[in-house]
Amino acid sequence: MIALWVVLGLIVVLGIFFVLNYNSLVALRNQMRNAWAQIDVQLKRRHDLIPNLVETVKGYAAYERETLEAVTNARNLAVGAVGKGVGAQSQAEMQLSGALSKLLAVVENYPDLKANQNFLALQEELTSTENKISFSRQYYNDSVLGYNNKTQMFPSNIVASMTGFKQGEFFEVESEAERAVPKVSFTQ
Amino acid sequence: MMWQQIKSNQMRSAVLVAGMLALLALIGYFIGLAFFDNGVAGLVIAIIIWMVMNLVAYFQGDGILLGLAKARKIEKEDHPRLYNVVEEMKIASGLENMPDIYIIDDPALNAFATGRDPKRASVAITSGLLQKLNRDELQGVIAHEMAHIKNRDVMLMTFCSILLGTIVILSWYATHLLFFSSMTGGRRSSSGGGGGAQLIILAVGLLLMILAPIFAQLIYFAVSRKREYLADASGALYTRYPEGLASALEKIGASTYELKSANKATAPMYISNPFRKKGMAASDLSSTHPPLSERIRILRSMAGGASFAEYDAAYMKVHGKGGHVISENAMAGVGAVGLRPASSEGALAEPTKVERTREVSDLMWRKNEYRTIDCDCGTRLRIPPKMKATKVRCPHCGRIHQL
Repeated sequence: MIALWVVLGLIVVLGIFFVLNYNSLVALRNQMRNAWAQIDVQLKRRHDLIPNLVETVKGYAAYERETLEAVTNARNLAVGAVGKGVGAQSQAEMQLSGALSKLLAVVENYPDLKANQNFLALQEELTSTENKISFSRQYYNDSVLGYNNKTQMFPSNIVASMTGFKQGEFFEVESEAERAVPKVSFTQ
Repeated sequence: MMWQQIKSNQMRSAVLVAGMLALLALIGYFIGLAFFDNGVAGLVIAIIIWMVMNLVAYFQGDGILLGLAKARKIEKEDHPRLYNVVEEMKIASGLENMPDIYIIDDPALNAFATGRDPKRASVAITSGLLQKLNRDELQGVIAHEMAHIKNRDVMLMTFCSILLGTIVILSWYATHLLFFSSMTGGRRSSSGGGGGAQLIILAVGLLLMILAPIFAQLIYFAVSRKREYLADASGALYTRYPEGLASALEKIGASTYELKSANKATAPMYISNPFRKKGMAASDLSSTHPPLSERIRILRSMAGGASFAEYDAAYMKVHGKGGHVISENAMAGVGAVGLRPASSEGALAEPTKVERTREVSDLMWRKNEYRTIDCDCGTRLRIPPKMKATKVRCPHCGRIHQL
């Protein structure tokens, strides 16, 4: 009789352990997905701002056709990469960032443009969108780290492997070579 | 994990709050003994008063606080940069909802956060501070306020300030009543035997009522100081740029304006103590905030990164003696967190000090419903909302403008 109660008690304890760990894994995974959606929102916002920016700059700096075209092309590539996975998307967005910063550096040579209210407002939006992208990436990576820790560390890793929780992928800004190095080595 | 709430810090806060609750219970009990010969009745009265104040604060708290500070709500069009910075920090902190943004028309340099939960929060900033700070510094200040919201400090501090307020009010009335009733000739001295025991109880009660508000205040300030360090650490973590907050705090420290609309109960909500005095001792028990100079030094000692562990190490270096400011489990499993460089100046034109000042004063005129007319001679006319005349003459060149 006592043995039966002990076994029952053990089952209940194990069950509670399982449910608690499972739920917190789900919560962390949702947080990670949510954070990813945040990045998407900001990337989309940047895609939307660029045609406007190119139009405004064109009016003042028509000679910079090459720079402007590079931005437009990079933007189209980035729009095309939406939904093609974390790796491809971060690659395309990095190129877009590069083209944009080149454009904003060129703008320095056009004082009239720099005084344009419309341009100033666009520039504020663009600066802030860049910041929001990097902050949402920062939060996403932090969320991935937290989630990956949970899936790897004992005892929650047992629940994770039983119920098929996969590792999250970091949104990298480093070069391709650095991305090959697994980033999760400092979790111990 | 870092995004979870910091457990042992919460533990410490909980112990302190429990201390305040015990004080309130003791006071209630003695009031009961002194006035009704029944300690429990006094206890019940004290708790009822406290509950009512809590309810009011829960439903009206942020409104009362913002109203007291004469804060005005702004939208994105009013000040795009401020709105954007708040949104950036909302994203960095992982807050679900965008907090409301308020401006206080005051040259003093200060900011605060309020709201009963992270879903319904507000941040307020004085127009003086908005003018003074560049983008990185503004980001640091907003990150600090966001951390107060995210760590639920606002709720904790509101709870504590109500507890403190109840203790102060109860003991104030009780001591005065006791004083007056003894002046009009000892009441109920004939109620049964044991007059000596009653005297002792009265004396102890009186002592308690004089000391309780002081103790409660010290506890309140201790809680507040702890949360300030934590908010600074979180601010550095969110922005990955401790120098922004450090340099903002430096500007705040250099200002001599006092915030007119602050009071003692709301003081812990602000980013720096609105009542700070010059040359305050480093470990002053009667201060709601750690000294600015110390907070700046800690932030500037974070050479290697922006993580909680880095802040903690910097704290211990500045303080010299042992004792963590952030608990072990908040720092575990996070690893190194890199710093970011300062925002590039030049390429992305940062508004100058004059432009920032003009921006904010334009905003304040607009919020006060003044109309603006730009005269051809370059003068800018501000038309008050109550002006009845249909024409106005430019005081500079004499042109007549139709309204």
